[in-house]
Amino acid sequence: MQIVLNGSETELADGITVLGLLESRDISAEAVVVELNREIVPADAFGETTLNDGDHLEVLRFVGGG
Amino acid sequence: MSEDSLEIGGLKLASRLFTGTGKYADDAVIPAVCEASGSEVITVALRRVDLESTTGNVMDCIPKHMRLLPNTSGARNADEAVRIARLAKAMGCGDWIKIEVISDNRYLLPDGYETAKATEILAKEGFTVLPYVNADLYIARSLVDAGAAAVMPLGAPIGTNRGLKTKEMVRILIEEIDLPIVVDAGIGRPSEACEAMEMGADAVLVNTAIATASDPVMMARAFGRAVKAGREAYLSGPGARRTQASASSPLTGFLAEG
Repeated sequence: MQIVLNGSETELADGITVLGLLESRDISAEAVVVELNREIVPADAFGETTLNDGDHLEVLRFVGGG
Repeated sequence: MSEDSLEIGGLKLASRLFTGTGKYADDAVIPAVCEASGSEVITVALRRVDLESTTGNVMDCIPKHMRLLPNTSGARNADEAVRIARLAKAMGCGDWIKIEVISDNRYLLPDGYETAKATEILAKEGFTVLPYVNADLYIARSLVDAGAAAVMPLGAPIGTNRGLKTKEMVRILIEEIDLPIVVDAGIGRPSEACEAMEMGADAVLVNTAIATASDPVMMARAFGRAVKAGREAYLSGPGARRTQASASSPLTGFLAEG
């Protein structure tokens, strides 16, 4: 299936969860905030939130800024 | 001097210097900068994770006692600022937010109208909102009405190190606005931070001037001292300015008299 991940078309395995995606990219779930189709996904729901074809997912984190 | 703390959003702050985390050659210096400056409030930004590479996490460099002040940089209107603020809060860092709404790329000047709209929405949601705006009395009044916790007028455009170019307008905000005034952006030298504090600003936010100094830790210490000096000068009530001389020594009893 295809989703739009941080603005880029991305091919993912069917049925993958947010947590599964983060783990596959070596990203610590504690260090990020996730927005799925403009709704914030609570961190404790990453494991049970399944991604679907056409979803828009944003994975963000804090960086240096003023 | 008796206790002189700044209260914002119910939090008492002993330090009136806010710092940032942008532009450091190496984020590893940030803990030493925090300690040297005495700052208790520090800004961060929110960005997409680079999915192709895992780089260091700035959060690992921020001492645990610091109050995080995420900004909404990247927002071009009120809706985007509100979206970023909610995401930042979901990170579990508390409910402080610096509203930054900018669509001008050359001078990065803030859009006061969109900033006020975002401030109103977020204040109602329980955020402690610190909006970054032009030093303008009417914008500042709209922020008071919108429920801001402080007003952050710019001294000069972001990152320019040009100092208090807006001095007269900031002075009017200090006089007229019954909220903490935090001078943000443009402060390039400790003397300029000191001047803002002498005028009666409640705090200053400094990022670029510290982060891009050859020795950021020493510069952070200098800014911490300058802000304290300026605050004490303000509280001490500076004497009047005069155009003509006024002798400090008595003008009678000279040796040559009589």
